[in-house]
Parts: sequence; structure tokens; C-alpha cells
Amino acid sequence: MSDCNRRNFLKLAGLIGVTAAMPFSTSRAADKPLVVGFVYVGARDDFGYNQAHAEAARIIRSMPNVKVIEEENVPETSAVQQAMEAMIRQDGAELIFATSFGYFDPHVLRVAQRYPDVRFAHCGGLWDESKHPKNVGSFFGYIDEGQYLNGVVAGHMSKTKRIGFIAAKPVAQVLRNINAFTLGARSVDPEITTTVIFTGDWSLPVREAEAANGLIDQGCDVLTCHVDGPKVIVETAERRGVMSCGYHASQAALAPNGYLTGAEWNWETPYRAHVEAAQKGQTMNNFLRGGLAEGFVKTSVYGANVSAAAREQADRIKASMIAGEFTLFKGPLNDNKGNVVLAAGESLGQTDVVLEQMNYLVEGVRGDI
Amino acid sequence: MPGLPTVLSIISSFALFVLFLAFQGKPAFEAVSLVFEGAFGSSFAWESTLQRAAPLMLTALCVALPARAGLIIIGGEGALVLGGLAAATLPLWLSGLPPLATLIAMGLVAMLVGGFWIGLNGWLRQKRGLNETIGSLLLSYIAIALFNHLVEGPLRDPSSLNKPSTVGLDYSLMIGVISEDSFRVHWGLVAGIIACVMAWVLVRHSVKGFALDVVGGNVRTARMLGLPVDRLVILTCVLGGAAAGLAGMYEVSAVQGSANASLIVGYGISGILVSFAARHNPLAIIVCATLVGGIEASGSLLQRRLDLPDATTLILQGLLFTNLLAWEALVGRITGWRIALEEHANKVRSAEVQHG
Repeated sequence: MSDCNRRNFLKLAGLIGVTAAMPFSTSRAADKPLVVGFVYVGARDDFGYNQAHAEAARIIRSMPNVKVIEEENVPETSAVQQAMEAMIRQDGAELIFATSFGYFDPHVLRVAQRYPDVRFAHCGGLWDESKHPKNVGSFFGYIDEGQYLNGVVAGHMSKTKRIGFIAAKPVAQVLRNINAFTLGARSVDPEITTTVIFTGDWSLPVREAEAANGLIDQGCDVLTCHVDGPKVIVETAERRGVMSCGYHASQAALAPNGYLTGAEWNWETPYRAHVEAAQKGQTMNNFLRGGLAEGFVKTSVYGANVSAAAREQADRIKASMIAGEFTLFKGPLNDNKGNVVLAAGESLGQTDVVLEQMNYLVEGVRGDI
Repeated sequence: MPGLPTVLSIISSFALFVLFLAFQGKPAFEAVSLVFEGAFGSSFAWESTLQRAAPLMLTALCVALPARAGLIIIGGEGALVLGGLAAATLPLWLSGLPPLATLIAMGLVAMLVGGFWIGLNGWLRQKRGLNETIGSLLLSYIAIALFNHLVEGPLRDPSSLNKPSTVGLDYSLMIGVISEDSFRVHWGLVAGIIACVMAWVLVRHSVKGFALDVVGGNVRTARMLGLPVDRLVILTCVLGGAAAGLAGMYEVSAVQGSANASLIVGYGISGILVSFAARHNPLAIIVCATLVGGIEASGSLLQRRLDLPDATTLILQGLLFTNLLAWEALVGRITGWRIALEEHANKVRSAEVQHG
């Protein structure tokens, strides 16, 4: 990892200085392990969203003086409130990672109000200083960077110039990924189009397989997706002899021939930050975001069949993303109905929350919201 | 002995559960004791159990009431989500009313919508000859599709970015818990218990209930007696649907704060299991819903303490229901044998014994 640059060194040095300056009583008793709870909305081995979280949780498990407790398949109902409360009351959890978007409002907020001494780190939410408790924080990664790189590789590899994207729901986070992917592919060849199919929900394996077959029948020769478990899509693509790009976690094992690369979460980074802050008794970081540079997301190792040209270009863009020199959403940019989204010269930085409210598909995407 | 099959099935399914875990090399006895600890072992466990049981009581009634008239309705999920949606959107049109009146109106409209949806099944069956089981299942899919369309389209709050929802309820419209300090379960539990007791009075202690039993027992007899069969059947469907719709209203106003996809989590499906386990007896529904709620609550502890997968409690639930049905059949058979033996020994009194 190329984290040892000047900026990170300064950050770290500052952090150590601040820690040293703090009175000793705020740090935790060293012998008592910190109990950290993880709540997942699906199965821990779903080859997707929940697996990405569970893999990072396994790394946290190996940290010194940490005890990890986990619960999977917890729906976004009062069940998750019960689960978090049970972790606190029955197992003494002091830090809870609520990993599904829908846990935030009202569930995490409500439980956090009742247990002000417990820290709640939520994945994906928009923490708002004016109305949300201080013991809640939200973290998320700019995975659209990985999707852009997916698009670049797919753009190089596609022969039919048609790429299929199977998406769950037309919500902001999904649209941002579809758009980033399409921009990446069209940066290679402006002829390329992305055909998108919305299945309607986060986990509908049968409909995902149907959509995959339908897209392949229409002539798409690379498939990618934004659903909770990309397993079925990647497997279907492999069986039909077309290529695929992964999402959430690596699906390379499912498609040894056709898997090109993938946009993966690296939740270890924000998890570690929260756990260490809790162990040292530091105040909670309520709003944590990062992309490739910060190590919040990563890309899958290239598949064996990826061409040298594709690797070279994707690596070059990745390096400039890490260096902070790359702007993903910049003008001139039109949506697929011909309206101007960003005029020439305008651009939106990665941290701009406007991007977290995206409600359009860019030019080159076939499909409607 | 109506309770005998239930007791026997609990014993045998726990025995099978222990065997199953032991074969997998898991700490079986520890797991069983954790099931009890997680479900009923502390006041917190009880709260967790009853909180989960509350919506199941109402959705189970959606199966149990039509079942008294001989219908198998499995589409309670649809009535629940549409009831919830109606309750969540009503305050947008009723902005002037005080909170309590709005809440009552929300409950009523949720029951109306749910009642209409399941009532439609009853009507289609009686007037159009449509099989109510298939019909209710398909109508439930339509209800969920309609719900998704409305929540993600016309009724969507534009500020709900990554989780499409209707406009959030005002804080004054959120139903709280029964007691903040000692009993943290929302009022849906009380509604569920009251509904079950009322349903029990209806089916066991009213003329309508007796008429329903006749309809459920033999439709031709009922028609011959001049009972309004169609009206009775549709009535049970409407009442059952109203219960499921009310469950949706409580999910919205006591838990979620808006109507969104988290309403579609299978309460209607679990209600089918609860109702069948209770043999469609409304009072037994309270007990069975608590049992299922308890098993679900204990799954949390099994996962955290023993690292068992979530499916463990599903296995226990499955064992419980298959065992219940098996013992039900077996005890019935044994009773049959006993009657036959007594008949043989005491031929004179045979006519009376057969009815016992």
C-alpha cells in the first residue's frame, strides 16, 4: 500500500500528538476487551454486500483486546433495535456497526438516544450534526471510483460495445454507480452504451438471472451490477460465455474465465478507525468518508484475460485517483434525456454531498428511472 | 386434551433439535438453554419476544378467521402492506386534526383497506368461484407491487434518497411503548391481544360464530338452514384483513415512522404458521405467536454466543411445526383407537362415545 506519503504522515503525527496531550483517565482500562457488535441485513456469505462487511469484521476480530459479536439476517424493523439492545444489555457491547442503510432512521437513532454511552457506527447514512446524536456516526466509501475503473476495463474488453448493468432500485447511490461505470466505459470508446435493468429490490436472485440472460440475448458482452449479492449474475455471465465486473466483494472465484475486475469495499479501514477511537476513548468521528486514496474501497485483481492496454489505462487512472488529481463528475455532462447536468468547466468533487442525491442517468445509459 | 399435542410436540422437537445440533458437533444443550434464556430468561428477553409476537397475532387472525368458515387465506402480507401504506399517507390529507384523532383515523383506514383487500378474496371465491388460496396469494403479490410502485413513485418523499419511503410521520403521531421503564413493548401488543380475545368471543360465544362453524363444517347444511353463507364468508375475510391492515398501521406508527420496503418482511407469512399451529383458535394464537416470537428473539443470542448461523432458529421453528402436525394427527388417531376399543367393550353405549 502506498499510504506512506507526506500527508498521511502528518495526519498520523498530529493524531499521536493529540492522543498524548489528552489526560490519561480518558483511555480505557487496558485489560478489559472492547466488545464490538456487527449487525448484517443478509447472510454473511452472500458473495456480496454482507460478505464484504463480514470479511472486514473478521479482521477486526484479530485486533488485540477486541471481542467481536455478530448477528446476520436482521431485518430493518424493530428486530434490529432488539438486536442492538441485546448486544448492549446481554453482551456489554460498547461499539456497534449497523451495516445496512435502512437501519439508520429510525432504528439506530432511536437506540442511540437510549444508550448515550454506546457508539453506533452506521454504514451509508448521512449524519447530520443539527439533529442526530453525538454517539452516532456514519461512514461510507466512494465506490463509484471502483465502478469507473470497472467501466474502463469493460470498455476495453467489450466487442459488441454494449454493456449490461443490473441494478436493484433507482436510488441515488445506485444511479451514481451506473453513471460512473458508464463514464468510465465511454472514456475508452464513446460508442459504448450501458443498458440498465432495475429488478426492483436488493436481493431477487431469480429476477437477476432473468435480467442477465435478457441482456446477454440483447447482445451485451459484459455484465455488471449493483445488487446485494452479485453471485447469480456473475455465474450466469460465466455460463453464457460473457464477461463480468464484480461489486461489493470479489466474485473472481465464481467466474475464472470472464471475471474482469471488480469494485470492492474495504471496510477494514473505517472499522479500524472507529475501534481504535473507542479503545483510546477519543470522541467519535461522526462523518467518515473515503475512496481509493483513503483505503475505503479497493479493486479486484484483474482477471487473466484482461488485455494489457486495459490494465495500463485503468492503473494510470487509479494512480491519479489516489493522488487526488482525478475528477469523476465534470462538465460537459448531459443526462440521457438531453438535459445539461454539468456545463463545460463545472465539476463536482468526490466529497460533494450533491453527488449523494443523484437523480439522473448520464448520456450513454439506455434505461429510465 | 386439546393441549396434549402441543406439549408433546414441544418436547419432541427440542429432542430432535438437540440431536441435530449434536450431529453437527455443536454445543447442543448449551444452545437449548440459550433458546430459553434468549426468549424468556429475563424481562428484556420477554420484551424482545413480545415485541416480535405483536404483529404476528394480528396477521395470524387474517388466516384464522376465514379458516373458521373453511377458507385458507394466505395473502395477509398484502393486506398488511396496503394497510400500512394507507395509514402512513392519511396524515398528509388530515393535517388539521389533533394527534389522537389522526391516529384513530389511521387505524380505521388501515383496517378498511386491509379488510377490503382480503374481502375481495372472499367475494371472488363466493361470486366468481375463484380458489381463495391461490387468489389471496396472487392478490398479495399485486398488493406488494402496488405498494412498491406507489412508495417509489407518486407517494415517495423526495428527501428519502437511498431508501424510498413515504413522507415521515410527525413525531406526535408515533405510538410509544407501554412503559418506558419497565415494559418496552409498543401498544401493538395490546391491540393484538384485544383483537385475539374479540375474535375468540366472536367464534366461540356468538351466534355468528356458531353460524360460521356450520359454514366451515358443511356448506350445504348451512345453505339448507338458510344461513347467509356468502355474507358470512366475506365477513370473516373482511375482519381478518382488517386485523392484518392494523398490523401494518402499527408497523408504520410504532416502528418505522413511514411506509417503506421494510414493511415487507414476511409478517403475513409467519402469521400463516402461527394460525395453523394454533389450529385457528384465536386464544391459542396469543400463545403460539409468543412462542414464535421467542424463538426468533433467541436466535439473536445463539448467533452471538455460539456463532451459530441464523438458520438455526428456522430449523427449530420447522421442527416445531412439523412435530405439532404429526402429534396432532397421532393423538387424533390414538383417540380414535380408544373410542373403537371402548365401543367394542361396551357396545351398548357406542352411540354416545363416538360423539365424545
